[in-house]
Amino acid sequence: MTTSAQKIILIGGSAGSYNLIWDILHVLPREISSAICVVIHRNPNFDTQIEASLSRRLERNVISVVDKTEIRNNNIYFAPPGYHLLIEPDLTFSLDSSEPVNYSRPSIDVLFETTAEIYGKNCMAFLLSGANTDGGKGLMSIDANGGKIFVQDPEEAAIDTMPKYALEINPNAKILSKAAIIDFFRNLDQSYRNEKH
Amino acid sequence: MAQLDQHKTISFDQLEDIIYLLKMSSDFDLSGYSRSSLKRRVERVMAMETMDLVDLKNAILNIDRFTSYFMQEISVNVTEMFRDPSFFEAIREKVIPYLKTFPQVRLWSAGCATGEEAYSLAILLHKENMLDRSFIYGTDINQHTLDIAKKGVYSIKNIKKYTENFNKVYALSSLSNHYTAMYDAAIINNEFRSKVLFSMHNLVSDNVFNEFQFISCRNVMIYFDKKLQERVLNLFYESLNLFGFLCLGTKESLFGHPIKDNFKVIDKTYNIFQKIR
Repeated sequence: MTTSAQKIILIGGSAGSYNLIWDILHVLPREISSAICVVIHRNPNFDTQIEASLSRRLERNVISVVDKTEIRNNNIYFAPPGYHLLIEPDLTFSLDSSEPVNYSRPSIDVLFETTAEIYGKNCMAFLLSGANTDGGKGLMSIDANGGKIFVQDPEEAAIDTMPKYALEINPNAKILSKAAIIDFFRNLDQSYRNEKH
Repeated sequence: MAQLDQHKTISFDQLEDIIYLLKMSSDFDLSGYSRSSLKRRVERVMAMETMDLVDLKNAILNIDRFTSYFMQEISVNVTEMFRDPSFFEAIREKVIPYLKTFPQVRLWSAGCATGEEAYSLAILLHKENMLDRSFIYGTDINQHTLDIAKKGVYSIKNIKKYTENFNKVYALSSLSNHYTAMYDAAIINNEFRSKVLFSMHNLVSDNVFNEFQFISCRNVMIYFDKKLQERVLNLFYESLNLFGFLCLGTKESLFGHPIKDNFKVIDKTYNIFQKIR
């Protein structure tokens, strides 16, 4: 039995972030010593098969989270549309269909806030392009719990509302260009070591 | 709204204290609930009531009927008529033909909240000419939501959404044939209300109360940990006739539970299972 992932990288995006997320996932090294979890706002009426097609294309585990899915290294998880995604103290995912937060379900804040509490400094989060204010408060929690936080340069974001708001309330966030974000993921293990310094 | 922004947070240890206190002082045992989700719900109540941890503990112990209000507020009661229309299509295509072979059919909407699913099932059975030999039970832990369910009165605003859902299942029929509208509310017609019985039942602590050919429990067990899910699945198994059906939410699964071997998958997407042994 493999053990649960001890480190996690979160990516939150909304309108205008799909292409960058796609690029990130395509440059990932074959083996990564953490889990990656992506939450994007999408319409529950279109239960698109993003995960299945990505999984085939990338030849790795891209998983649409089901209730109580265990968090494993080297896997890429997507929040299913229509539910909030949370992390439990036993390092499993749980789902919740309570009210939308920031008009969104899944909400980036909900995932980020619960992950911050469970993973603490072993959590990194990236917030990308989007048209609302989701994610900013979640980044604050991650920062407060010792994790690392990154925001896409609003100048480069297709829609800058989300990164702009996040930067307003997160003075500690590192601003990264698209190219820098992609590089970060391309050299993930190296990037990890640099961040630890 | 301003009060909701004022974030009240508790630690997981403090959450354990609250669970313990509730268990000691009421009929409610939350020890099998998923912690992160529960913690958010508890923090939400504290923010709404501008309570800190001491206030909350005090209220649980000393304020009459606070615990039932608290349980109602921490429960997620989001529901719709014909929620996930494709699920109801799957029922119509894959389950109804089987149910028609039973002389009498009892259905259970477990964790029914305000009752919309139970009435949807009644309407579906009516459309399939089975309502006269069917009976539906809706159960929940909250008296308040059960009271709403019993009345069968929903706001016109919600009915609009329900109509869209319904027409995805029955394109040529009209939901309005099944309710009577008055001002800004709609009451489900008596022929459906008389076929549904709503009552209190706690999946955490109560046992088998009848024998069913069909059980639907969607997006309820996501709030439970694996051990409690095991208990509830066993309860459903015991409550089902041989060849009866169990429906779970689309993001829930029987896999990972030993009891799966007693079921056959009828619909993989909508998590419809049939008891085969």
